[in-house]
Amino acid sequence: MGVGCRLRMPNLPRRSETLFEKDQTGDRDSFDDAALVEGLRTGSARHADHLVRTHIGPMRAVARRILGGDAFADDCVQEAFLKAFRKIDGFEGRSSLKTWLHRITVNEALMKLRALKRLDERPIDLLMPEFDENACRIEAAWPTLATTEDILERESTRALVTSKIRELPDSYRIVLLLRDIEELDTAEVAKLLDITQGNVKVRLHRARSALKKLLEPVLRGEVE
Amino acid sequence: MSRAMPSRPLRRIKGMILKRMPLMVTCEEFESFILAYLEDELPRRQRVVFEFHLKICRECRDYLAAYRRTVELGRAAFADPSAAVPDTVPEDLIAAVLDARDA
Ligand SMILES: [Zn+2]
Repeated sequence: MGVGCRLRMPNLPRRSETLFEKDQTGDRDSFDDAALVEGLRTGSARHADHLVRTHIGPMRAVARRILGGDAFADDCVQEAFLKAFRKIDGFEGRSSLKTWLHRITVNEALMKLRALKRLDERPIDLLMPEFDENACRIEAAWPTLATTEDILERESTRALVTSKIRELPDSYRIVLLLRDIEELDTAEVAKLLDITQGNVKVRLHRARSALKKLLEPVLRGEVE
Repeated sequence: MSRAMPSRPLRRIKGMILKRMPLMVTCEEFESFILAYLEDELPRRQRVVFEFHLKICRECRDYLAAYRRTVELGRAAFADPSAAVPDTVPEDLIAAVLDARDA
């Protein structure tokens, strides 16, 4: 199974309803998930507005992490919200609304990546750890290992970390992003990418190894 | 800074010991256990073997430390609020989303 969303036909609100509800309140409301979902199901514009304003920031951040550029990411966020509005009747409350929207956005971003044909399978062999003919690791000594705080404290080295993650071939980068950064579990990633769980683990390990290689100068404290 | 690596003959002896002695794994085998070890999915016996290799092998110890730091760094780089997208989402994007819903 691919990453495609199965859509039911949209159940869109009438214009008049939305206009009416817009008058009811001025400032930001606060709803819990259940109230928000309830409102969205009746087609309330007020609830839709609240949903968008509450969740668009994090959703945009995920889309950007996966897709890079702003234009694609904003497109993706729009599509994701549209799906969310359409599928709200199917929201079962087994996860939070935030998690549900996060998954929809990830799914949408992956579809975009595929459409852009960027899920390529470039090899990362050159970035893999080295072993000699006796199966012994070849690894230069690490007299110092920079701390995460030190590295992220400086704008230049922090930017380097994110740019090195972007340098990974997509099929590895995505697994690293989904598992380590978006914190999906192995089974979820396998399902989203339509690969086996074993394959997810292999790619995750390779992605981390490759990233370690790419970050070596930073980790060794050699980059100012 | 020292980047000294054991010479080839030394590594050969090490390789032979790791391959032949009981409860030992080669660095290459160790490598294939790393993810399962970090996810706490290694059976007890393999975990003991893994941790023993870690004690006796400087290369794998250094490698694993840098690997773990890399994972931590990747997570933190994106979790860092100043690296994330600023809170101000353009109003026109919000409007576009809501308009698309109404359409
Ligand atoms: Zn070793």
